[in-house]
Amino acid sequence: MGIEQTLGHIPALRRYARLLTGDAARADDLVQDTLERACVKWSLWEPGSVLRSWLLSLMHNLHLNHRRDWRHDDGHAALDDVPEPAHEPLARLGERLDLQRALAALPPSMREVLLLVTVEEYTYAEAACILDVPVGTVMSRLHRARERLRELMSDPGETPRAHPLQLVKP
Amino acid sequence: MKTAPEAVTDDELHAYVDAQLDADRVAAVLAWLQSHPDDAARVAQWQLQRAQLRQLARSVDVGDTPPALLDGVMRAATHARRLARWQQGAAAAVLLAVGLMAGMAIERSVEGGRPPGSGSALAAAPLFVREAAAAHAVFVPEKRHPVEVTAADEAHLVQWLSRRLGAPLKAPSLGAHGYHLLGGRLLPGEGTPRAQFMYENQQGSRVTLFVAAFTADAAPSETAFRLVRDGTRTSFYWVEERYGYALIADGSEAEVRGLVSEVYAQLNR
Repeated sequence: MGIEQTLGHIPALRRYARLLTGDAARADDLVQDTLERACVKWSLWEPGSVLRSWLLSLMHNLHLNHRRDWRHDDGHAALDDVPEPAHEPLARLGERLDLQRALAALPPSMREVLLLVTVEEYTYAEAACILDVPVGTVMSRLHRARERLRELMSDPGETPRAHPLQLVKP
Repeated sequence: MKTAPEAVTDDELHAYVDAQLDADRVAAVLAWLQSHPDDAARVAQWQLQRAQLRQLARSVDVGDTPPALLDGVMRAATHARRLARWQQGAAAAVLLAVGLMAGMAIERSVEGGRPPGSGSALAAAPLFVREAAAAHAVFVPEKRHPVEVTAADEAHLVQWLSRRLGAPLKAPSLGAHGYHLLGGRLLPGEGTPRAQFMYENQQGSRVTLFVAAFTADAAPSETAFRLVRDGTRTSFYWVEERYGYALIADGSEAEVRGLVSEVYAQLNR
């Protein structure tokens, strides 16, 4: 089947874009642009290759462009609107918010590599291919991403986050 | 340290965390970690990060795919296909016409022709069938929101979809075949909206019935049952009295054929 087969990847692309951008609206914009780009470039996709990887590489190029546009924003971190914490056990809420915040604080180039390798489970070589950079670059970004995340997650300068919901607990 | 273990690089530590380390280096990395507590602590934290990130990814609920997103793609896809078809030129059009006249909806591979993937059995089917296939591919895997309105209130569901499509609809009962109605959703279509009913059996297999109610000027010509196989997926479609129907399942042709007869019989009751 033709371009329609990209539709089956939409839920996964949206989930991935959400983590990448930290923002629901931006994520869907990114997915929309990715799909449009995929339609335009459809003839360039090699049917033997993995469609998801190809779509992700399109997404990463677009993400790069979006970032250039957003650089002139007022500099707010994308995580201004933290997703609503419904249905999340309180014990894990703080941890999850910390992680989301730390992820958002990573430079995007590091975040991309980290997500491709850990969440999407691409090999280093595949990630390099998707991002169109040498494997060595993937490794150094991955290293810096993990070290940075470690600092961010254990930063004692960060005021401990109160759990506001605990205040309403009886 | 008496015997300094073989040097291990940071890259190898990452590869260990990501399960990408060459098997013959695992022993060396483990020995290294035993004698280098700082590295062991870092690796443990990286492993924790990895687990947490994966957990975070799993917990992200993006909800239903917004219709606008699908709509845009469907339009772009239609456009791309028209363009491609135009570029393929008259020869392809003749081939298509011959294929249709012969009643062949099954893909033929043209020797040295189009690359695989660019053409398929579906390419020759009416647009609403391709819409149906796309909607099936998108919503059948949905775990949380496979349908927009559940079958809990079937009368309301059918009434609502009928009103939005501007034509009376029926949701056939497939209980005799082991499938129960999960519910339905309203979808964009070319010109008029479409309805999708989804059914599920005990094993969790899902089939969809896609319905288009065309306006007089937009209705494709009436067709008897046509079968399209696309990978493991079987689609039957037919057009009758300005309604277009597509029943799609991931089952064998025989199984789907049984469902189609049932649907057809109930719709014409």
